[in-house]
Amino acid sequence: MEATQATPVKYDMDIVRWFTIAAVIYGVVGTLIGVYVAFELAFPFLNFDIPQITFGRLRPLHTNAVIFAFGGCVLMATGFYIVQRTGATKLWSNTMAWFTFWGWNLIIVLAVITLPLGLSEGKEYAELPWWVDIMIAVVWLSYGLNYIMTIGIRKTSHIYVSNWFTMGMIVMITYLHVVNSLAIPVDWATSYSIYSGVQDAMIQWWWGHNAVGFYLTGGFLGIMYYFIPKQSGRPVFSYRLSVLHFWTLTFGYVWLGAHHLQYTALPDWTGSLGAAVSLAMIIPSWGGAMNGMMTLSGAWDKLRTDYILRFLVTAMAFYAMSTFDGPVMAIKSVNALSHYTDWTVGHVHAGALGWMSMISFGALYHMVKKLWNTEMYSDRLVNIHFWVALIGAVTYVVAMWVSGIMQGLMWRDYDEFGTLTYTFVESVSAMHPYYVMRAVGGAIFNLGAWIMLFNVVMTIRQASAVRGVNAVAAKA
Amino acid sequence: MSDHDKIYSTKFQDKIERNTLLMFVLTAIAVAVGGIVEIVPLFYLPNTGMNGGDGTFNGTSHKDLQGNAIPMDKIVWNPTTSAHKTLADWQPGDGVRPYTALETAGRHVYIREGCFLCHSQMIRPFRDEKDRYGHYSIAEESMYDHTYQWGSKRTGPDIARLGGKYSDEWHRKHLKYPRDVVPESVMPNFFFLDKAMVDKTKTIKTLEVMTKMPFNPVPKTIYTDAYIAGAAAELEGKTEMDAVIAYLQSLGNHVKFEEGVNYRD
Repeated sequence: MEATQATPVKYDMDIVRWFTIAAVIYGVVGTLIGVYVAFELAFPFLNFDIPQITFGRLRPLHTNAVIFAFGGCVLMATGFYIVQRTGATKLWSNTMAWFTFWGWNLIIVLAVITLPLGLSEGKEYAELPWWVDIMIAVVWLSYGLNYIMTIGIRKTSHIYVSNWFTMGMIVMITYLHVVNSLAIPVDWATSYSIYSGVQDAMIQWWWGHNAVGFYLTGGFLGIMYYFIPKQSGRPVFSYRLSVLHFWTLTFGYVWLGAHHLQYTALPDWTGSLGAAVSLAMIIPSWGGAMNGMMTLSGAWDKLRTDYILRFLVTAMAFYAMSTFDGPVMAIKSVNALSHYTDWTVGHVHAGALGWMSMISFGALYHMVKKLWNTEMYSDRLVNIHFWVALIGAVTYVVAMWVSGIMQGLMWRDYDEFGTLTYTFVESVSAMHPYYVMRAVGGAIFNLGAWIMLFNVVMTIRQASAVRGVNAVAAKA
Repeated sequence: MSDHDKIYSTKFQDKIERNTLLMFVLTAIAVAVGGIVEIVPLFYLPNTGMNGGDGTFNGTSHKDLQGNAIPMDKIVWNPTTSAHKTLADWQPGDGVRPYTALETAGRHVYIREGCFLCHSQMIRPFRDEKDRYGHYSIAEESMYDHTYQWGSKRTGPDIARLGGKYSDEWHRKHLKYPRDVVPESVMPNFFFLDKAMVDKTKTIKTLEVMTKMPFNPVPKTIYTDAYIAGAAAELEGKTEMDAVIAYLQSLGNHVKFEEGVNYRD
């Protein structure tokens, strides 16, 4: 994995530390907003007649916060960590990395301001106003350029597999963001997409699904390929499988967006093509999941004592589960039922809470120990966080699966007279218990994020205190 | 890498892994293919609601029961061939038209408040959706929807054919305090729309922007200079609530669907 060098490399790790801390904080904030909007759906009085906190304005803030603030900071922290260590080199430009850090955080602050004010481009996961879109492009390219140039100046002969995935993410997200965000501004606050109807829908879901495929999956697979071997002390199970995993995923994932548009006004071939490739994607996804899990062969006993490893391995189980759930939902006859229902929300959160967050938590704990050269303040709290997160995620996902399938069945149900059995609003009130259950599951998950924040803060304080004592001792 | 795996899968893969530029280029190509195959044809195939900008279409293959092609101006309103020449004269059934100034202002509020997060505007060709919402949606119906609003989730019902189903007064009550009308609703109260006046400058600029779109712009024969000049008067004294209601009432009644015709061929 890493070249053993005679003289240890001095890495640029301050930037990684800052992104790590930011990620832990955004993990708390992003899920907290999610919990609030979930409660709004269960108890609508919580909109409190304040326009800025109504569901329609806060929900984009939740998705942007978890995807771009939490997910983005995790990806940048782990990315800058991995690319240096696997290449045995410093960053190509530490200054540019700091530009990325402050730029990215500025964008997050702007999202917090603009989304509750109702500035929305009306596209899911791409709501931010046009001038913020331009900033995102600039900051993202600064990250991408720095990353790829750092790969370029590596001291090792081969590019490590994690960096393939991250490179794929960098290229694809650039394509997606630029093409999907093309719009003509009306004024500083409002702009409209240059595409309309069918074309806009296809481009939006090409963006939407690949933000999941490359950013929330590809990037996090890069994390998986580095941190599972590191934490378990075992080499990646199969190099060949990782080659297969990377190229099939990179080529294939791009096609999946069309499965969001089955039976819509798009030509039928588009949805069918999306469905066919979606089914095929089980192979690389499960290959990758097996590759991650089987890395533990010979070290499974470590799960008993290593709580960080529990996060990482559970993430792989959720990855396998979500990448089965997804292709099933892409089958046209299943999609006819699942589309427009909470099943989709359940599927997304199986991925987001179970896979993406779990692998992030594992990687963040691993990095905190390395970056501050210390043990965790409390290993027990890591274990508690693991169980809290797992219970929260499962509660959430089960609630949404049940409510989603129920919704789908209620909407299409006919009585013996050949008329629709249920009015729409009957399906809304039938969802209430599940919306409560979902919100509670989310709240439990959010509690875990708070535990992590506390543990990480205490760990850093403890490490700083020790370093202070050592420094005094060294002077004396 | 583990010992049993020392053999590289292929020499080529080995070469890629040693060369940053090669890996970058191959990755950039690999990720581009799927999107090109799925997106580009939608800009030139028939039945994708793509207008040439001057009223010419990529063609239609919608066929009537005798097998004759249905002319496009039966589906998309064309003021030069239609009996109704202006937006003010347009009648439901004349074909797909762009939004009036007031509806445009309402559509802005619809997007601003994130309505699309809970309401879809895309009816699928299923029996239950036909019974519940109406005729399935076709591509041309959203051709003027820059930033499409099909949605992806029905926390509330689909509204693609909401126009004319309820009275303006019902909408006003429902939007202000949904639970006054539908006790089980989970929709937020939008009473504040009644107090805000529409943004005239923004709306008029939006109309102008819509005529400048590179794909499916609104023809200047519809948003004529005279129409845009008169928009301010149309918006005078209107609240955001009036605008949203106008928008909702405009949805889904543009095309006169013939019984038995397959619009999805």
